[in-house]
Formats: sequence, C-alpha cells, structure tokens
Amino acid sequence: MSLLSVRDLTVKFAMRDETVTALNGISFDLAKGERLGIVGESGAGKSITGFALMNLISRPGFVDRGEILFHDEDVVKMSDARLRELRGDKMAMIFQDPMVTLNPVLTIGQQMLETLMAHRKLSREEARQIAIVKLREVYIPSPEERLNQYPHELSGGMRQRIIIAIALLLDPELIIADEPTTALDVTIQADIMELLLELCQSNKVGLILITHDLGVVSQMTERTLVMYAGRIIEAGRTREIINDPQHPYTQGLINALPQQTLPGQKLRQIPGNMPSLTNIPPGCPFNPRCEYATDLCRTTLPEIIQYGEVRVACHEVERLHAEGARQEQDA
Amino acid sequence: MNTETVSPTMEPSRWSKIVNSNMAYSFRRNPVAVVSLIIFVLIAAAAILAPVIAPYDPYDPMQINIMNSEYPPAWIDGALPEFMLGTDDQGRDLWSTILYGTRLSLMIGICAVALQAFLGISIGLIAGYIGGRLDSLLMRMADIQLSFSTLMVAIIFLAVTQAMFGSELFNRYAVFFLIAVIGVAEWPQYARTVRATVLAEKKKEYVDSARVLGFGPGRIMVRHILPNSLSPIFVISTVQVANAIISEASLSFLGLGMPPSQPSLGSLISSGFDYIFSGSWWITVIPGVVLVILVLVINLLGDWMRDVLNPKLYKG
Amino acid sequence: MFAYLVKRVFQAIAVMFVISLIAFAIQGNLGDPLRELVGQSVSEEVRQQLRDDLGLNDSFITQYLRFAGNALQGDLGTSYFFKEPALDVIMKKLPATLELVLGATVIIIGLSIPLGVYTAIKPDAIVSRIIMGISIVGISIPVFLTAILMIFVFSVEYGWFPSFGRGDVVHVWGYWETNFATADGWMHIILPSIALASIMLPLFVRLIRAEMMEVLQSEYVKYAVAKGIKPWRIYFVHALKNTLLPVITVGGVQIGTMVAYTILTETVFQWPGMGFMFLEAVNRVDTPLIVAYLIVVGFIFVVTNTIVDLIYGLVNPTVNLARMGA
Repeated sequence: MSLLSVRDLTVKFAMRDETVTALNGISFDLAKGERLGIVGESGAGKSITGFALMNLISRPGFVDRGEILFHDEDVVKMSDARLRELRGDKMAMIFQDPMVTLNPVLTIGQQMLETLMAHRKLSREEARQIAIVKLREVYIPSPEERLNQYPHELSGGMRQRIIIAIALLLDPELIIADEPTTALDVTIQADIMELLLELCQSNKVGLILITHDLGVVSQMTERTLVMYAGRIIEAGRTREIINDPQHPYTQGLINALPQQTLPGQKLRQIPGNMPSLTNIPPGCPFNPRCEYATDLCRTTLPEIIQYGEVRVACHEVERLHAEGARQEQDA
Repeated sequence: MNTETVSPTMEPSRWSKIVNSNMAYSFRRNPVAVVSLIIFVLIAAAAILAPVIAPYDPYDPMQINIMNSEYPPAWIDGALPEFMLGTDDQGRDLWSTILYGTRLSLMIGICAVALQAFLGISIGLIAGYIGGRLDSLLMRMADIQLSFSTLMVAIIFLAVTQAMFGSELFNRYAVFFLIAVIGVAEWPQYARTVRATVLAEKKKEYVDSARVLGFGPGRIMVRHILPNSLSPIFVISTVQVANAIISEASLSFLGLGMPPSQPSLGSLISSGFDYIFSGSWWITVIPGVVLVILVLVINLLGDWMRDVLNPKLYKG
Repeated sequence: MFAYLVKRVFQAIAVMFVISLIAFAIQGNLGDPLRELVGQSVSEEVRQQLRDDLGLNDSFITQYLRFAGNALQGDLGTSYFFKEPALDVIMKKLPATLELVLGATVIIIGLSIPLGVYTAIKPDAIVSRIIMGISIVGISIPVFLTAILMIFVFSVEYGWFPSFGRGDVVHVWGYWETNFATADGWMHIILPSIALASIMLPLFVRLIRAEMMEVLQSEYVKYAVAKGIKPWRIYFVHALKNTLLPVITVGGVQIGTMVAYTILTETVFQWPGMGFMFLEAVNRVDTPLIVAYLIVVGFIFVVTNTIVDLIYGLVNPTVNLARMGA
C-alpha cells in the first residue's frame, strides 16, 4: 500500500493579469519507507511540489486541481486543524537554508520543545529528554548545552543537523527535504546526506529528496522523478534512470555530470535555459533545447507513457532508443 | 520557494520602463491614487496661481480693513457676500489668505526637501564612491544627526535665532531660516539610501567598463549610478515633503516660523486659535482642513508609490 | 556586559559635553546679563567693574569650565523672570510633562501593538482597511492641529472635556503633583495625552504592521507552520519578538520627537509643563531658563536613549553585549 499518492496535482500562481501554471498534472506514488528523488533545474517546480505536499502553498499560489492522498486522506481538502496535526508529526520538512530556517530569537530548546508539545501531551522535562535523545542521534555534541543556545551561536552544518533532529522528533513517516545541503559548505554536504540516509533507513522513514544533483539522487534514493517546466518528464527506478535515461533532457543532465566527462574535456551542458513559466513554448516544453525535436514536438505536448521500465514524456523515445542501441553496437 | 522564477523579472534600472508599464498601469487601477493626484494638482495649481485667483491681496495693507475682521463664511448668518470663506482676525479675506498661505507652505516644503535631497544625494554619492574613512565618518555623522529629532533641533535653533536677532529681523528672513533648518536636518535618509545603491552598483561591471573607457567619477555617478537610486529617492521625497509641510506648520504655530503678516497655513491656524473660544472657528478650522488634505494626498501618493516601486529603503 | 555599559556611558557623556558646549555658546550670545542685573542706568566704569566681578572678561575656556562646574553641581543659573534657580523652575514643571508623556506612551504602546499585529495578520479584512485608512489620516494631521480640533469639538462645541490646564492635582512627593488621583485630573489629562499620541500612534501601527508582514514572509515562520505550530504561537512568539526588535530602535529615535511634541501639546492646552515654560522663556528671552531647559532635555534624551539601547541588547540574543564592549 502506498503512503503517499499524488494525482494530477496542478498548482497555479495568480499574477497581475494572468494565471501562471507552476505545476502541471503531477502524479506519483510513494511506498512506506521508500526514498524518492525529485530532480530538475531551478524553476522546474521541484520546491513547489515539496511545499504542496504539506499544503504550504500560500498566496498568490493555489492548488488548482488534483489530490494528495496521505494514508488515503486528501491533504488538499484538509481543515487547518487537521493539517496542523499532520505537519511536523507524520510529515516533516527540512528547508533549504539552515541559516534562515531557525527563528533567531528563540533558543534551540524552545524550537524543539514547542514542536513536541504541539503534537503530544508531554511535560517540559519529558519533551526535553526526547529532544536530547534526537540531538544525540544526529551526532550533536553536548546536546544539553545546545538546548539553551540561540541559532546564531551554531554553524550552518550544526543547524542543519538540528533541523534534521527536529524533523525526526515525532518519528514521522515521511520527510520532505528541499535541497538540504545547497546552502552548506561543500565539505559537509556529504556528511549531512549520509546522516539523512542513515536515519531514514534505520527509522524506516519515507523520504522525498528535492535536488538538482543527480549524483546525490543516485546515492540516496530508490526512485526518481525528473521535472521540467512544471511537469514530470521521466520517472522510474533511480538505477534505470541513471544508467539508461530515456528522455533527451535526462540524458543531457547525466552527460553534464562532471563524472561523465574525461579530464580535459569540456563539460557537456544542455544548450539554452529552461523557459520561464510565463512563457512556455507550445508542444513539448523542452523542444527548443532538444537536438532530436521534430515538427510533432513543436506542436503537440507528449503524454507521459510507460516505456520499458520507466515512464517518459517524449514523442521520439523509440527512435532515440534505436539510435542509442545502434551506437552501442558500433562501439 | 522558487516563486522568484514565477514572478516576471523586473529590471528597475530603466526609469522610463517603469513609468511606461508598471506605474501607469497600477495608477489607473488605483482610484485612491488618481483622486489624490487630482486633488494635489488642483491645490498646487491654486497655490501657484494665487495672485491670479485670489480676489484680495493679503499682503496689501490698502485692501485690508480691520473693521471687516471675523466675518463668518458665506453659508453662515451674518456673512458678507464678498468674503466667501469669511475673514480672519485682521480683516483679511480668508479664501485669499489661504491661497497665499498654501503657496507659502508648499514652497517651503518643496524647497526644504530639495535642499535635503541635494545635501543627502551629494553626501551619499561621495561616501559610497570614495568609501574608506570618509565614508565611515559621514555615516557616523548621519547616525548622530538621525538620533536628534528634526523638530526639536528646529525649535531650539529657531528659538535661539529669534531671541538673538529680535523678531523683526527674524520675521523678514523667516522663510530662509525655515527652509534651512528643515532642509539641513534631514539629509541622512537620502545619504544612506544613495550610498547603499552606490555600493551595490559599484560592484557591477558597467561601472568598471565606464571607468576603463575613461569616464570620470562625476560622470559615472550622475549618468550610471544616480538613475538606479531614483525610485527610492522619489518615494523618500514624497513623504519628506509631507513631513516638511507639517514641520513648517508646527514651527509657525509656535511662533517660530512665518509671522502673521506673511501667513503660511500654520501661522494662519495659530492666529485663529485664539478665536475659536469666541466662536470664530473658521479662521482655524478651514486652513486646518486645507493643510490636512494637502498632507494627506501627498502621503497617499507616497504610499501608493512605495507599493508600486517597492524600493529597498534604508531602515533607520 | 559591563564593558558595554561603560562604553555606552562614555558615549552618553560625550553627547552631554557637546550639548553643554551648545548651551554655553547660547548663554554667551543671548541677551545681556548686566542689563538683567542692573538695568541700563549705570555708568560704563561700573559696568566694566561688574563684568570683571562676574568673570565675563575671562577666557572662553575658563568661563566654560566655570559653567560646566556649576552645572555639574546642579547650578544652571537663575531665571531672570522667576528670580529662582533655573533648575528648580524646571523641576517644578517636569512632573506635569512626564505625566503627559506617560499618558501618551500608554496609549501608543497599548494600541499600536494589537492594531499593528491585527492589520498584519489580516491585511484584507475590512477592519484592517479602516484602521490603515485612519492611520494615514492620523499621520497627516500635525499634533497641534489635532489638539486644536479636539478642543474645538470636545471642549467648545460639546463641553465634555476641559480645554486647558491640569485641573485638580494631588501632591505626592517633592515637586511631584499628580493628575491621576482625581476625576478632574483625569478629565484634564485625557485630551492632551491623546493629542500627544495622535501622530506617533498611527506611525507605530504602520511600522509594526510593515515589520510584522515582512517577518510573516520569513523562512522561519514558514518553517514554524511546517512544524504544525498553532497560529497564535506563531504570531505572538515567533513573529512578534522579531517584529519588535526594529521597533524598539525606532522608538529610541522617536523620544526626541516626543519631547518636541510636548512643546506643541502643552502650548495648545496651556499645560503647565516644561515645554510650555520653554516657549514662554523664549518669548521673555530668559536665557538661563532656555539654557537649563536645553541641558535637562538633553540629559533626559541621552539617558532614555542609553536605556533603550540596553533593552535592545538584552532582548536581542544576536547582540552580544559582552563582545560589543570590546
């Protein structure tokens, strides 16, 4: 049975004189304890997807249609009170930048305890003990002292560990992590990811990891969604997608990885930029940047279809596959 | 959230672009702004054309008859038809006196703000462009200046000046004293905002390329940096004009500004205050209402402008 | 903490030094002390003799040091008009002004926080729009005009409130007589307090609203929502504290403006405080009283600003008082 089931999720933003579609017909499932990566360039709608899952889209954005079933209960239609019960308890979120996520005028202890006490009937002392245990789990040294400290007294990496600890406080079933390491120093990014993976595995927590880094996705997740201009363009098991990408965009992303490039060779970037959401080209949104684009691609939006092991939204997927196979034979 | 990719990116560097698209659009959509602007233009036009419109000249002793004092406005019993809004305590036609007074209040307000802007922009440009010790010295001065209340400084300065020169000499130059004291006291707001823009723009490439092309610092500042500070300067100026008019009125009310013989709105209100107990409320209330409407429409325009331009104002 | 305190006190002393210099310069240039003492019917020789006796021919520095020394001992000269030590005259007037300021401050703090928070939380509610509409009218009416219009409406037209003076006051201690002990005293202080608060209250409502709305957009507020925290806790614990920090700073700057407004309010209501006294002293060219007022007001200003800074440091955890002293 799936923990989370998203169907046809569409999010729009009411701008001055038009409505912009930021997410367009997103559908996917997540099983209990499963780890899913959402990949794409910035502006593809990854973060909006993450926020929408907790019904945290605020004006001028709104969920236009679709449903988000969490344990068969639609998050979109939930009352505010029910949403409050769910948020931070069964579903927790890790924000992008730990430097601005914690409230600067409240102590770490206050911010941890308030979360516990908002969801459980606990005495302050019981809550404190739980907080200390969770801080230990994320390898924070001398947690008792940290509780009395303010965020500005701690480093970015330390703060992100604390935010992970807060996410784990109430033993959630799902953690949504929105680029949890992009704001951090490169040297500690891997540590944080490793910690997150370890904790998710040992606690059997489902994870939705939002990132632009395919390398991270391949290490952390079992399944992957690739997003482009507010749509899912390829979805499937991470292994398949990394090893045998079908969509030209996904291929481009993988080819652009530094690991795919020989020393001295130029990085293979995808030419052009992602279209702004106010100005999406007709047909396949990727067609202006796609070297395989045909007339069909320029006029008709491709449906997402099952192709082999993955789902992919591309008119030319069969031709591409055939060409790919021929090239491999030649080699 | 990635909402910034959703909103249309606006390039604030081109003033004309804003005027053409965003400002004009939002202006048409905002009835409060439209009405405010119409009222402001009407008041400003009436003030500028005061010598033409006003039926009497309040500065001409030949046209003033003390016997005419304290006639009520036309809609009240006992009024004289030739004095539409009645007369003040000296027998001057209130309508004419208000026209001239508005002219004076508006003129002092705008000149004082022009002086503020000139000082503040110059200091801000110099501090931001040269930087280093001069910058920290000037900004320290701005901090100190800001921590003193303008009105308090103005009251003390004008009180001492008046006591020193005697009221006759003081009254003759009151306009200049007022402009000077209101103008000098409030430069830091401009200076800080302009300096912040300069610091932000200095890093950008075009400033470097202008320098490489051999343009002097003066030209770089005026042609390249200043246009980028225009929207905050505009927003600050609007609010400052409103504040300057209030300051002038307050000082004149205390007898530290315009004398009753050359009344601004403030001194007119002040001279009428003694008569509200005897029932001649109009000498105070009518100029008071004009003052409030004038300041209010300027503030409303300022509010609207801040919402549209949304500049990064330096928080004091 | 201690080092910071020392640094702040040192700054305060420096500002007081500048104020005393200005006050001294005014004293030296305003009016002729001889004329006040002996009139004009005295020969030039006697005048010279008197000038020597009074030390008016001493060097600038000697005269300033004498002035400052006397000032430190509480001797700010003798008022020409009242024929009393200037400091005594001011001390008698001070309680009236302080009570007026207290009344206005209670109104400002008591109303600006709830109104500012409410309009920030519900920016589109009709009540919020009305509050914001009134507030922009409020900042457009000068304090003295509010005072006059209130007298016109509530005193002259309806006769609900008295239009001038303090009414029945009750002696408390020393020079302190209070308005807050009798019904008549309360009636007298209500209009002046409202007038004094009339421009600052809308200013603070707008400031708190703007800061609060900005804070509500912040990541940490979104994060608190994502943690399932109740709205009231988000508004009053997470957001309000961050909102009030910049408001405290602005409040410190506004203290000087408040003193200026007391002069206006007291003049309209003929409130027997030191602002009204100052304006009378100016009209009488009572130099010692003008100078004493300047020094007392400067002192109050410096002390309150130092206190506001200290409060800010104590409330804001990101300000490290110990480190700022270094």
